[in-house]
Amino acid sequence: MAKMNMIASLNSALRCQLEKDPNIVIFGQDIGYFGGVFRVTDGLQKDFGAHRVFDTPLAEGGIAAIAMGMSLNGLRPVAEIQFADYIFPAYDQIVNEIAKIRHRSGGEFSAPLTIRTPAGGGIKGGHHHSQSPESQFTHTPGLKVVYCSNPYNAKGLLTSAIESNDPVIFFEPKRCYRGPFYGDPHKVPTWKDHPDGEVPDDYYSIPLEQARIVRQGEACTVIAWGTMVHVSEQAIKNSGIDCELIDLQTLVPWDRDTVVNSIKKTGRCVIVHEAPKTSGFGAEMSASIQERCFYHLEAPIHRVTGWDTPFPHTTEWDYMPSPERIAEAIKKTQEE
Amino acid sequence: MTDRKTLITSPYTLGAPPSRPGETTDYGGKWKEQPEDLWRPDPTKCSSEDTIPHAAGLVRVLNDKGEAKGQWDPKLKSEILIEGLEYMMRLRIFDDRMIKMQRTGKLSFYMRSLGEEAVAIAQTMALQTQDWIFPSYRQPGAQFVRGRSMVSMICHCIGNTEDNVKGRQMPVHYTWKEGRFISISSPVGTQFSQSVGVAMASAYKGDDEVCISWLGDGTSAQGDYHYALNFASTFKPPVILNVVNNQWAISTHKNLATGGRTFAERGLAYDIPSFRVDGNDFLALYSVTKWARDRAGAGLGPTHIEVYTYRTGPHSSSDDPSVYRPANEFESWPGGDPIDRLKQHLINNGDWTDKKNAALEKKIDAEVMAAYKEACTFGDLASGPYPPASTIFTEVYETVPWHIQEQREELGK
Repeated sequence: MAKMNMIASLNSALRCQLEKDPNIVIFGQDIGYFGGVFRVTDGLQKDFGAHRVFDTPLAEGGIAAIAMGMSLNGLRPVAEIQFADYIFPAYDQIVNEIAKIRHRSGGEFSAPLTIRTPAGGGIKGGHHHSQSPESQFTHTPGLKVVYCSNPYNAKGLLTSAIESNDPVIFFEPKRCYRGPFYGDPHKVPTWKDHPDGEVPDDYYSIPLEQARIVRQGEACTVIAWGTMVHVSEQAIKNSGIDCELIDLQTLVPWDRDTVVNSIKKTGRCVIVHEAPKTSGFGAEMSASIQERCFYHLEAPIHRVTGWDTPFPHTTEWDYMPSPERIAEAIKKTQEE
Repeated sequence: MTDRKTLITSPYTLGAPPSRPGETTDYGGKWKEQPEDLWRPDPTKCSSEDTIPHAAGLVRVLNDKGEAKGQWDPKLKSEILIEGLEYMMRLRIFDDRMIKMQRTGKLSFYMRSLGEEAVAIAQTMALQTQDWIFPSYRQPGAQFVRGRSMVSMICHCIGNTEDNVKGRQMPVHYTWKEGRFISISSPVGTQFSQSVGVAMASAYKGDDEVCISWLGDGTSAQGDYHYALNFASTFKPPVILNVVNNQWAISTHKNLATGGRTFAERGLAYDIPSFRVDGNDFLALYSVTKWARDRAGAGLGPTHIEVYTYRTGPHSSSDDPSVYRPANEFESWPGGDPIDRLKQHLINNGDWTDKKNAALEKKIDAEVMAAYKEACTFGDLASGPYPPASTIFTEVYETVPWHIQEQREELGK
């Protein structure tokens, strides 16, 4: 076991994979010699060679395309899109090509690749360094969508994503790279004192499709992913209500049994995400939960989300779900 | 400079095709470029600068009399040329049969390669069998070269129970991994940038493989075209990138799609050797592609080729080009017909006769008819049977996840 922040644990996952599988190649903008703008690939080119870890031209569409081409020809590429906000030039390649190749080729070809991308707000990134576009990928059959939240699950989930024979869009909450975020921008805790900052140096994996119960409780189920797991944890503490907190981890396919069993127990549910509310993945969760748990629900399902507006710069704390807003929603579920 | 006709130049410029229905297109009768004009550089020593004349000019082998001339003559044995002729004839007869099927409701849609038969066939013949083919929808002819059964191809086009892609894709969207023929998809140009990745993987593994890809003059406006050239230029993998300039992208003539110089010349800016080749000249196409294969095989990376041709037929079975271009425009195309030209060349050389040609045509026609009848025994579009509805839910992922399994159960099939 070592103390790692999320950057180090993701680096460790990539390192283990490069050692284990000669068909792994890693590429993206600034990720080679420099080691990535967030340092996730630091040292990998030096240790594994420039033919395996390399910089590409600044073209997300081209990055996704060569990743697909390589995967069709036997490699297992791990591409980085520097910010999730910049993934859209690659959207056609991801949605029409990468996601569909297995199906459209009758299973003759597949694209076992991973696209890693830092997402989410809380770094004063404005419109275009803060978005959380997971639902723009959960709506595409053929993709698996994963959202890590701490150093331990980041390594384990990235390992499974790379080893998956299906293409995976892997979101990393950049606000949590160096420490958890509890909703107070003036406090900057690190992973050093957090139990999930304990990360094995050696290989391990966490299965996709498996949610994580962060905290057990009886009164209400709170479902979140990414940075919002920690903000929700704080909100639950503040509310004094005995909530069960689920870190969904994999959004497609999501862990039906863990979610349904929890809501059947608590009868109440709050879903939290940073992305805008309309057509956010919370809408899918909410609809699915009422289909499966309607007669167990004691109150309407609440969603606490980013607003249906572009992500702001200096006013981002009023945009992102805060512990106060989440706690308010939890309280409402108890009163209704 | 290209001779670009314009519709207006103020307040901004809009290109225009050479003529519209009711008018007559004058392509100048014959090519002014001659087979002897351009030398054949050494593929292992050539720089992109050495190909400046080739990118602006036109690589030809067959002259106007049907004789093979100049340094680009690949000097192929007559058996190889007859094989190429047979593949091209097969493709044309096959296409005609498929169009008839489409007209009678046995297929939903079809796209012919009419007038462009030489492109995929000559180019695939110039490659090695281990090389990857990453086609657009007008290169199905490559499959004949690699030996795919016509029954299998027709079953795909129908989307019947023997369709290897299980009725999931429109006709002509072939996949055939055994022949290293990668899946065709409808979004235009996506294969071009992917082909660079395929070639990078071959280079990474140290395999002696080349990847060849094609897109059209219209599609060369897409980002994927430029991603492909820039990534190919940056990483120099063994890839052959072809722009099939057949003048028309549905109704968008190339004069409406770019104000640039020849498509081939774009490659020079990426420091990629670039050639403009007569796409209806089987020998020239073979020769330039072989050159590119030799260069890639020697570890010197990509080649960019503009295949200069004319889309004789409609874009697809849903298109009526007489609405936007003179119906007989193809007759004035200086490149003529690729099949006629190769046939005439073989006859000139004493290697072929009209009689042999007629017999071959009859033989292929019978084979296509037999394949069509056999394919229809596995179902046709009008009356089925189709692949089972369960194929909607499979192979979306490696294994069927719970939410898709639930939906499959909801359909109840």
